[in-house]
Amino acid sequence: MNGHGAPVIEVRGLTKGFGAARVLDGVDLSVVRGESLVIIGGSGAGKSVLLRSILGLERPDGGAILLGGQPATPQVRADFMRDFGMLFQNAALFDSLPVWRNVAFRLMTSLPRAEARARALDRLARVGLGPEVADRMPSELSGGMRKRVALARAIAADPRVIFFDEPTTGLDPQRAASINALIRGIVDETGATAVTITHDMTSVRSIADRVAMLARGRLIWQGDVAAMDSADDPELRGFVEGRPLA
Amino acid sequence: MNPVRAIGRATLELVRGVGAVAIFAARGLAAPGFQPRLLAEQLLRIGWLSLPVVGLTSLFTGAALALQINAGGERFQAGDVVPAIVAIGMVRELGPVLGGLMVAARVASSIAAEIGSMRVTEQIDALVTLSTDPMGWLVTPRLWAAILAVPVLVGVGDVIGIMGGWLVGTTTLGFTSQGYLSSSWAYLESWDVVSGLIKGAAFGAIVALAGCWFGMRAGRGAEGVGRATTNAVVAASVAILAANFVLTGLFFT
Ligand SMILES: Nc1ncnc2c1ncn2[C@@H]1O[C@H](COP(=O)(O)OP(=O)(O)OP(=O)(O)O)[C@@H](O)[C@H]1O
Ligand SMILES: [Mg+2]
Repeated sequence: MNGHGAPVIEVRGLTKGFGAARVLDGVDLSVVRGESLVIIGGSGAGKSVLLRSILGLERPDGGAILLGGQPATPQVRADFMRDFGMLFQNAALFDSLPVWRNVAFRLMTSLPRAEARARALDRLARVGLGPEVADRMPSELSGGMRKRVALARAIAADPRVIFFDEPTTGLDPQRAASINALIRGIVDETGATAVTITHDMTSVRSIADRVAMLARGRLIWQGDVAAMDSADDPELRGFVEGRPLA
Repeated sequence: MNPVRAIGRATLELVRGVGAVAIFAARGLAAPGFQPRLLAEQLLRIGWLSLPVVGLTSLFTGAALALQINAGGERFQAGDVVPAIVAIGMVRELGPVLGGLMVAARVASSIAAEIGSMRVTEQIDALVTLSTDPMGWLVTPRLWAAILAVPVLVGVGDVIGIMGGWLVGTTTLGFTSQGYLSSSWAYLESWDVVSGLIKGAAFGAIVALAGCWFGMRAGRGAEGVGRATTNAVVAASVAILAANFVLTGLFFT
């Protein structure tokens, strides 16, 4: 792949609205190889829309998106997706397929069935799900279990770039802590690039190298996780400390 | 608004819509990632599971047709044309059209609901992030399964419809069993049957396309899925009747 030192993802002046409502209003962001970026921001701020726009699942109104230094044409996006994993906020499991086939979905094209299944069981174990769920259907799982299956699916093929949209919402605190550790571990061990959306400050502190806060359609603050607590942006302070909205 | 301009705009929209559906159909027929297992699943669902409803529809239609033709034929002492007209009417027209409409009700709706709910719950987006073309994974198997299965359903429906006529003919119209069947055969040409099967394939394509098209474009939430389902059935039914008129014109004039 060319564009070596280029950021894995670069977003310039991205705008996106639905009807009259402007959701993204000039977002500039770059994500470098091997870093773990966490995006925070209030509910409805447009975090999911930002990730979906980067992937081409929403059509931006304006601005530019570069993947590996190249403008995101359909071909560039397809190449990007080959080594990519996404945890959707609402899991988005295929409800016509049993759990293990969901997790093994991408592996089925490259591995024999038995091997793909073994890999799926391993990934399920990593998110704390035993082999007994492998043959169940997604509709038979609890919300938190579905989320973890979706997480297992996102990491199944050891992608180079992973998006996690709220990996710990709906999980109990202990489960959430182990998922945080898992995500951090993946970034540290495989050198993957991760972009995580979360509301959970514990997750932010355990997952992030760098934090960006989305508000009013823009990234109003970006910086190292260590700088987050000493930053004096009032909106960031309010979010980090969980002050009630006025 | 200027009426000429309104008509012009409507025509343009129509042409654009037809073009978009045609491109969708072409991509659906030939999208990469063909999997025999997916095709088999859809053949089962579209073909096998539609047999009861198509069979019953044909049976009652053939029976009613025999009564009608007998009543009409009596007026000019032509009651003995019943078997031939029932057979020709079934295989050329009623078998394909009614079969197509029943499949539209059963299958276009379920495809639209299934794909629509996948759209709404981001499963289609998930396919994209897993490097799988939703067209190849969802549309191609449904489209081909419908094109292959509906002609078979029509063929079975033809036979059952003729049986319906035979039941009425032999029990109430005074035909002998042998006599009814041989005069059904005598006037039936192979093109009558084949043209009906070709119609079946076209109607199958219409049903699957309508289900997939509206499912893929489903709006947000349960309401979006509901609307997609209704639109798919209505569009498929109207398109089947229109296509039937066009194909009949092509084949028999
Ligand atoms: N398809 C859509 N049509 C209309 N509005 C949309 C659509 N998708 C998102 N929105 C709107 O865009 C805004 C941002 O949505 P988004 O899902 O990105 O929020 P978020 O930051 O991820 O929130 P949360 O933390 O609650 O998940 C919301 O106001 C939402 O109503
Ligand atoms: Mg969100």
